[in-house]
Order: sequence, then C-alpha cells, then structure tokens
Amino acid sequence: MSARAASLAGRRPRGDQGRRTTGTPLRPAGNLRRRAAISRAAELAMASAAALAVALLVDVVATVVANGAPAISLAFLTQPSRGLAGGGIANALVGSAVMVALAAAIAIPLGVLIGLLLSEVAPGSRLASALELVLDMLQGLPTVLVGVFVFGLIVTAEHKETGLAGAVALSIIMLPLIARSSQQVLALVPGTLREAADALGVDRWRAVLGVTLPAAAGGIATGALLAIARAAGETAPLLLVDGLYDPAAFQLDPIAHGVPSVPMFIYTTYDLPAPSALSLAWGAALVLLSGVLVANIGARILLARSRRRMGL
Amino acid sequence: MLYAACALAGLSALALVAEIVRELVRGAAPAISRYGLAFVLHSRWAPNFGRFGGAQALYGTGMTSAIALALAAPIGLAIGLYLAVLAPSGVRAVVGPLVELLAAIPSVIVGFWGVDVLAPFVAHHLEGPLHAALGGIPLFGAPQTTGLSVFTAGLTLALMVVPIVAALSRDLFATVPRELTDGAAALGATRWEVIRGVVLPATASGLAAAIVLGLGRALGEAIAVLQVIGDGEGIHASLFLPGNALAPRIAQEFISPVGNEIPALFYLGLILLAIELSISLIARWIGRRFDVTRALST
Repeated sequence: MSARAASLAGRRPRGDQGRRTTGTPLRPAGNLRRRAAISRAAELAMASAAALAVALLVDVVATVVANGAPAISLAFLTQPSRGLAGGGIANALVGSAVMVALAAAIAIPLGVLIGLLLSEVAPGSRLASALELVLDMLQGLPTVLVGVFVFGLIVTAEHKETGLAGAVALSIIMLPLIARSSQQVLALVPGTLREAADALGVDRWRAVLGVTLPAAAGGIATGALLAIARAAGETAPLLLVDGLYDPAAFQLDPIAHGVPSVPMFIYTTYDLPAPSALSLAWGAALVLLSGVLVANIGARILLARSRRRMGL
Repeated sequence: MLYAACALAGLSALALVAEIVRELVRGAAPAISRYGLAFVLHSRWAPNFGRFGGAQALYGTGMTSAIALALAAPIGLAIGLYLAVLAPSGVRAVVGPLVELLAAIPSVIVGFWGVDVLAPFVAHHLEGPLHAALGGIPLFGAPQTTGLSVFTAGLTLALMVVPIVAALSRDLFATVPRELTDGAAALGATRWEVIRGVVLPATASGLAAAIVLGLGRALGEAIAVLQVIGDGEGIHASLFLPGNALAPRIAQEFISPVGNEIPALFYLGLILLAIELSISLIARWIGRRFDVTRALST
C-alpha cells in the first residue's frame, strides 16, 4: 500500500515513527494523525451504538425465551386460562384473533381506499393534503388516547366494555399504517402499466382495480401484515375498553361482552398472586413475541419478493 | 364510483380525528369547568378524596421523555450513520432489519423486560455509581432498592425511541448525494469529517424532525412506562424515586375509575392530545420548511 493510499485509509504507513517528516507532503504527520484518530474513534462509537441496539434486542428476546420456554406446552396453547389456578392461553389467543380480524376487516378496506385516494385518484388535491396531515396525526396519536376516545364513544354509551370496542380501537391504530404503506406501494407501480391500460381504452377505475391494485397487492399485503402484528401486541387501548372479562371463560362474542386477549393476559397475569402466574405470563409473552417477529420477518420477505416482481 | 368510495374513506379519516378531539373535549368538560387551568399546577392525585391534579404526571412525562431523548437521539443518529455511511453492505443487511425489529416488540413485553432485567440492573449497577459521581446534582439522589423509577422509565423509553430515530435518520443519510460526500473525501476529509461537514448539515432539518417524532413516541407510551415507573406519589428531584406520567396514569386509573375521576382522566388525555398534535405539526413544519431535497434542487 502506498503512503498516500495509507494516509487516505487513515492508517499510518510503516516506517513513520511519529516524527514530523518534511519533504514528503503526503505522509501522515501531526495533525493528520490526530484527525485520523478522531475519525477512527467516531467510527468505533457509531459501530458500538449499533452493537448496543442489537445486543439489547438479543437480550430482550433471550429473556423472553429463557423465562417463557418452560411454560410452553400443547396444553398451554390449547387449554383456556383458569385464572389463579393456571391453565393455558387458548381463550386469549382466540380472543386476540377475533379482535384483530375484526379490526383488520375495518381498517384494511378503508386504509387501501385512502392509499388509492392519495396516490391514484386525487394526488395533490386539497383533500389529499389534509389527509396526509390527518394520517400523520393518527400515526402519532398515543394508543392510550385511542382507548380514551373509544371509551367515551362506545363504552360509556353501552355501559360495558366489549371486544367490539377493542376491535374498533385496534382498527384506528392500524388505519394510518395501512393507508401510508398502501400509498407508498401504489406510488411504486410503474407508470407504464397505467399507460398500457389507458392505451387499451380501459376505464379509469377498472384500470385501478384490474392493473394497479393487483400489481401492488404484495406490498399492500405486507403493510397489512405489519399493521396486524402491531395491533396484536397493543395493550393500552384494550386496558381501557376491553379490560373487563372473565379470564377463565371462553367468551368470544365481541358484541355481548369483553373478549380476552394475549397482551391483556400478559399484563394482568404478571400481577396475579399465584406462584405459576409469572411463568404463564412469560409463556404468553413468548408466544406473542414469536408471532410478532415472524410476521415482521415474513413481511420483509414478502416485500422483497413483490419488489422483484415489479422489477425494482 | 371509485372516486366516491375513496373520497368517503378519506372524509371518514378526517371525521375520525375531529371526533377524537370532540370526544376528549366533551369528556373533559366537567373537569375543565371544575378545576380550570390550575389543574396543571396541583400534583396530588387522590381519587378517594376527589383531589385531581396533573402536575406530577406532566413532570413525569417531561422527565422520562427528556431522559429518553437525551440517550436515544445520539445513539439513534449514530446507528443511522453507521448503517448508511460506514457499515459494509453485508453487515448493513443484517443489522438494519434487526434494529427495526427492536421497534416491533410489543410494549407490554418491553415493560416486562424493564421490570425483570433493566430495573434490577439500574438499582444495582447504575444508581450507586451515578450518585457517587454526580450526587451533587439533585437529579441523581440516593440509590433505591427496586430500580422502579422515573430514571428506569426514561431508559425503557430510550430503548423504544432508538429504533425510530435510527431508521428515519438512516433513510435521510442515504439521500445525501454521493457527489457531495465523494467531493469531501477527495479533498482529504476523513470519514468523520465527511459526516460532520457534509452528511449532518445536509440532513439537519430532517434529523430534527426525526427526533421530534421519536419524542412523540416517548411522550405517548403508556404500558411500558406504567410497568417500570413504580407509581409513586409527589414530585421529587431524584430521578431514582418512583413517579408517574400522563399516559400510564390514564391507562392505570381507567382500570377501576372512582366517582368523578373519569372527567379528570379525560382532562389528562386532552393535555396529552394537545402535546402530541403539536408535536406532529412541528415535525411536519420542520420537515417541510427545511426540506433537504428541495434545498439541494434550488
């Protein structure tokens, strides 16, 4: 390696014993050595910050696995909870699934329509720019306030906490995520596809339904999957609007009464004065975390595949 | 047809936000007329005695968010820089997604980890040394035994804000034109000098917006903070004592509200809503006003 290349790489060439050398201006000397040292220190600090984040992720996952794995069994996944007496999380799992499915049924169509509005139907319109602001606000809205809102809107009116109220709260959390991701994916659909549809004389809305939406379907599904993973782990709003349910019963009618959920199971079981409670709560945390991580990794793979298909 | 359906969906989202504001104002109205603005000055929250004040929760929210931001902003930016500028592509492809996964962990699990791992660590390994080194500042008071405190809540929030700042800033750093960084390197700048002299100034406003968005996350987190903040009473100088904050207090008290507590909780919610809405407006304003790509193109 030449002295010049070495100095650019921030390394001291061999033979330089730290003296200020004159005559060969490209030798690292004095000031340059200090600058290189500062740069190396900064690079090291940045790499350690990244290492710290990864280490924390590993520690959180390892803690959940180490504490939760002993509780996992077929019975844990297939038996309903028996409150203080132990049991499993089957009712919480099914309850979560019911609520998240309801929330998705509300949020996905609305979100995709808003995404279409923002990127296909009326981009740049006054409605679109107002919507962008509103989506930012909804995305930044603390989830506990979504709970307060639904409490005032539904729980106070019905005088009871229900799974439906929980589903509505989760759908409000999902809506901006789905709308944003649909908007971004739709914007990536190559204009040539639309032009081809136009050239064939296809109606505007048939082109959207028959060409643009199918081309973006993979990306939209990815966004929806991520939103579902996010909603499945939400606790704060459920605490407010779907916190009262019989933890030992298989209550799954979301309109009639509260529905158990995995996050609420984790939150409430942790505080139960039973010796097995802690282990059950960690077990449920492991199930939830695995689901969320698998969904996130799966979404990433889906996204990569749909991008490749779109030739990006 | 399609246009009508889309417009209807859009209008429903607009109506939703208006409805959220209206519902919170309506729910808080009895408390507003009863306590007025002095609500934010009283720190006692004693539902059984009908005493409600927001000062302690506001203080807790401010302190925990300040700690979170003080740690998460530099660490998040450092990770963003590492991923966008320094890391070899193989490392980037692994570490980038991992950092994003950190943001995906449900907050109830982060809080659980905070209680079980972080709080004991803080109590046994951080509070003592910090008190010994910085005890002159009242913030770093005498060490406590449980580790459930405002300080631990701030650390937990930092863990949740770091991936947000890291991901947003990484995407910003990637937008810096290659010619600018290459030009600086050709002039003999070291990698750090390229970052400090070119990459950071070119993205400064976007970074500010990213940090403000991270702040928004810290201010609004309820469950994880509720689990680790320890539910203490009163406002204390020492960060190592338990406290409370806006979002966790709302979540906690709504489980079994007493008498006329609900309007007071709506009042807290309204305060939090006002803070959050202004945060998203500020982030938007900064991002707009100092748009990097626009500044470079003109």
